[in-house]
Amino acid sequence: MSHKKFARGVAIVGAGMSKFGAFPDMTSRDLFVEAFQELKASIDKGLNSNDIQAFYLGNFSSDQFEKQAHLAPIIASWVGLSPIPSLRIEDACASSGVALREAAISIASGLYDVVLVGGVEKMTDLPIAEVTDALATAADTQFEIPAGFTFPGFYAAMATAYMHKYNADPAAFAHVSIKNHANGALNEKAQFGQSIPEIMEKKKARAAQKGRPVPSWENEFEFLSDPKANPNIAWPMRLFDCSPVSDGAATVLLVSEELASKYTDKPVFIIGSGQGSDGALAERDSLTYIPAAVEAAKQAYDMAGIGPEEVDFAEVHDCFTIAEIMATEDLGFFKRGGGWKAAMDGRTSRNSQCPINISGGLKSKGHPVGASGVGQVIEVWKQLRGIAGERQLPANPRIGLTHNVGGSGQTCVVHIYERRR
Amino acid sequence: MTEFNMNSKSFYAALNEGKLIGSRCKKCGYQVSPQRLICPKCHSDQMTLIEFSGEGKLAAYTVIYVPPTEMQQAGYNNKNPYCVGVVELKEGPRVNAQILDLDLAQPAEIKIGIQLQMTSVVRESKGSSQKFLAFKPV
Repeated sequence: MSHKKFARGVAIVGAGMSKFGAFPDMTSRDLFVEAFQELKASIDKGLNSNDIQAFYLGNFSSDQFEKQAHLAPIIASWVGLSPIPSLRIEDACASSGVALREAAISIASGLYDVVLVGGVEKMTDLPIAEVTDALATAADTQFEIPAGFTFPGFYAAMATAYMHKYNADPAAFAHVSIKNHANGALNEKAQFGQSIPEIMEKKKARAAQKGRPVPSWENEFEFLSDPKANPNIAWPMRLFDCSPVSDGAATVLLVSEELASKYTDKPVFIIGSGQGSDGALAERDSLTYIPAAVEAAKQAYDMAGIGPEEVDFAEVHDCFTIAEIMATEDLGFFKRGGGWKAAMDGRTSRNSQCPINISGGLKSKGHPVGASGVGQVIEVWKQLRGIAGERQLPANPRIGLTHNVGGSGQTCVVHIYERRR
Repeated sequence: MTEFNMNSKSFYAALNEGKLIGSRCKKCGYQVSPQRLICPKCHSDQMTLIEFSGEGKLAAYTVIYVPPTEMQQAGYNNKNPYCVGVVELKEGPRVNAQILDLDLAQPAEIKIGIQLQMTSVVRESKGSSQKFLAFKPV
């Protein structure tokens, strides 16, 4: 099963995203319209909306966040696509990664030639406790949440098991946070858009301005170990280990391989796709990696006919810093138990052999959960077409990968992309 | 063990009587908690209800400083955090539980692998008090 390829090739010919952040004036549909406008402008040879035959929307829970269900046809109408088939896909934080896979399968099947796929989440209208409760519904609400788990808590528990098994230094988590903030500082769409030293300077300036004692942090590590600046959320995960609550939308246009040249001379091909599932955290084969990610990666590598050593860069699901470390192992970039040391040694930085989350990742770019999967694809599109600006990788990367996790690992979807010219 | 059925809610019915239940596969011997009808390993539907001893060890944990609404209502907050973990039962399966009676001032000092004994904790939930699974050090 896993060696099967798409029955015909699928290419990305356009991509757009809204800014990620907190936008009190905008609802899901407004965010998606912003992303769609950018997508239309990104299509080199232009797009006639009438070409689009179906719309797949990833969204975790507009029902809870905005009291609005049945979102796909509404958004389709708002971007001028009625009456095409429009549907919403929910797999928690992997919703739009899964929507991408289903949209690609629909083209590969031969039924459609041109499909719009995207993701959206509007999370910041609710008070933080209600956001936490809404996110908790992506876990097992009969047996995990009643025990007292939260989402930071699941990953924190994996972190304690990981630290115990591999004698890992928790400073590795700070290294991931510092790197992703530094990358996100070069991304104009990022929610934070500031490196940690910039955040420190801002806090010092604010304290001085208000006549309060100016903190004396000498470097990022002193800042990140200050319990006032970086409080515990779920030990050992602190505030700067956690992705934020965000609003945002992202969308890409998929077409069959034979139609790609109608839209662009520089398409990005989806050459590998894989998806895995699993039960609740306690019942899994391991607490120190995510088995569904290993499964998804195996399927994607098999379909693409490549191994991890051929991937030039990856956008991975760093909802928490420990998640990025596990992801780099689950994807085969580092051996089991080696991810934390690689992060500490800078072997995942933008100028390394294995750049991880050049966009800033969910940590800095933001994590509007239903939009995050396609949000990762936007970075791949930019890097493979050489339009990522200040954060563009040198040496013309050819192969990119995305890794999108739902819940604490109940879903994982991995895609591999290739530039051919 | 005829008084509880395989439906997922009977886990809490059993807990109310101080019992930690699960199921064992008659075909492959796999054990799991909470109980379920279909074996996750060999996929047979020959699962039988069992009761676990309640002895186990700590496999993973965290100390929660930002609790969800229900735990806030139970009195927890960043000044009064709580520990939740994954416990590996003596019989093999792992379960989620609140871990009581630990010193939470130094979370790093909590040791994975410590021996635990099942207990329960009563919390207010949705307007009524309910018993939840908990463990404490032996």
